[in-house]
Amino acid sequence: MTTTSLEVAHGGVPAGKEEIYAKQPVLSARKLVITFGRVVGLDGVDLDLYPGEVLAVIGDNGAGKSTLIKCLTGAYVADSGDITLNGQPVHFKKPQDAREAGIETVYQQLAVIPALDIASNLYLAREERRKGPLGSVLRMLDKKGMERRAGQSVQDLGIQTIQNMSQAVETLSGGQRQAVAVARAAAFGSKVVVLDEPTAALGVKESGMVLDMVKQLRDKGLSVILISHNMPHVWEVADRIHIQRLGGRAGVVTPQTHDMGEGVAIMTGAKRLEGPS
Amino acid sequence: MSTQVTSAAAEFARRQQSPLQRVQHQLHGRPWLSPLFLLFVAFVAFFIGSPTFLTASSMGILLQQTAVVAALAVGQTIVILTAGIDLSVGAVMVLSMMVMATLAKDDGMPGILALAIGVLLATAAGALNGFLVTRINLPPFIVTLGTLSIFTAIALLYSGGESIQADHLPGLLNFLGDGFGIGQFRLTWGIVLVILIYAVMGFVLSQTAWGRYVYAVGDDPESARLSGVPSKRILLAVYTVAGLIYGLAAWILIGRSGAATPNAFPDANLASITAVVIGGTSLFGGRGRLVGTLIGALIVQTLQFGLSQMGVDQQWRVLATGILVIVAVAVDQWIRKVKS
Repeated sequence: MTTTSLEVAHGGVPAGKEEIYAKQPVLSARKLVITFGRVVGLDGVDLDLYPGEVLAVIGDNGAGKSTLIKCLTGAYVADSGDITLNGQPVHFKKPQDAREAGIETVYQQLAVIPALDIASNLYLAREERRKGPLGSVLRMLDKKGMERRAGQSVQDLGIQTIQNMSQAVETLSGGQRQAVAVARAAAFGSKVVVLDEPTAALGVKESGMVLDMVKQLRDKGLSVILISHNMPHVWEVADRIHIQRLGGRAGVVTPQTHDMGEGVAIMTGAKRLEGPS
Repeated sequence: MSTQVTSAAAEFARRQQSPLQRVQHQLHGRPWLSPLFLLFVAFVAFFIGSPTFLTASSMGILLQQTAVVAALAVGQTIVILTAGIDLSVGAVMVLSMMVMATLAKDDGMPGILALAIGVLLATAAGALNGFLVTRINLPPFIVTLGTLSIFTAIALLYSGGESIQADHLPGLLNFLGDGFGIGQFRLTWGIVLVILIYAVMGFVLSQTAWGRYVYAVGDDPESARLSGVPSKRILLAVYTVAGLIYGLAAWILIGRSGAATPNAFPDANLASITAVVIGGTSLFGGRGRLVGTLIGALIVQTLQFGLSQMGVDQQWRVLATGILVIVAVAVDQWIRKVKS
């Protein structure tokens, strides 16, 4: 293994994937600072997300995981610091801005509407109208078309358990709801998909399904940021792991170079990562 | 080695359903069936109880009496779908009606202009409700409880508490009381307008993105916002459109009652809420169909009308309406508990 400057800065590059990390990061943050009154949320955090990788973000409660993600997806606006998307500086004022730039977020609370059906949820706030005057004058929705394409999106992710797109979301299990939320992000996220604790409320089997979907997203060429408390899940799917501690980045490791115990040790401050970071 | 292995659960799934359970199942799949069934029962009961009930002329009168409540209930439905409630329906309608009539009285102002100002005022009143709910973040119950008193007071102050009879009003304001007959069956233009309101609003709710947003905001406002639904704009629009519909209801009411009276229709609020609830729309928001509201309004009026045809006193009719609301909601709860 060659020791490039890149490698030091990012705590190692996963073996066999060197070519990904020679590219420009799809999403980059430098020196993000956000404060809430006298509480420091982020204290100069850097983050790099490369095309086609799964970057896990781990950290203890209050380490600033969610705050960091919210700054990247427009839910919060950082007090200072820069965010670039494909090298271009971006300034997200609200979640809609990030979404329009190609960054989709699956929130912990899923943001699905129980009373609406699956297709309506997938296309919520992105509805497609019928062609011709029915759509342009009467603003009539293309229900059939959206239902068909929703079915396609769900199938693309290899989700077998959901068949009927006109089924209300409230009739689905927790894992299936998560699948709907992920399918929505996958269908519309052109660059980055952010998943906030996607397996927190799920059983073993359903968690496995969601992790498979995360791999599917990566295989489609999307970059994924995965926030999780579940170390086995992180070590299973992540290419690199960003460790957040006390509002800053304690370091970035890979599942190959560090084991879970070491990751947790860095996360809790019991161990320091070698090298400048 | 075929089907000898049966689990207790599979056994349970194949159990014989009682006829009652089968009814419950059917109703669960088609929620509008239960108000329709209720309406049917009421019709049969009154057909047996009163010889004059099921005649063409009676049916025409029933529809005319339903028109105002049915119109108000459209506005009430969209507000309740967003998990709100509108207690100012009647007050907005009466205010709008008194303004229309006072402006146009003895040709003070052309009918069309008075009508436009009245409907616009009702729309603005709805927008005020929406503004207070979305910008000042007050609960809809409190907002509309307040505006109920405010609008009622303004209507009384503005009109001086006096009624204006139809013969002092221009033809346009009375127009919705006119109509046409098909034999003994007489339809007014007011009924035609109500049907139009239902058709337009039904289309908007079921076929457009705006309609979906109304359901989404009512069902889970935070998820709707995170999904990119402009929740506050939708809420403001809902209250404003509701106001517009109350303005149209004011026009229908003038035609129906042949006068503009500041204390007209005192139970408009409860009647409209009753129609919505009997029609199967959830007071918690996000669930319900407009066609249910139409059936609900018909049920309330059928009960009133049928009982009065049978010579039952007003007090007993009010009592019956109260029982009906409780029974309807209880049946609704029972249907929701179905084991699928």
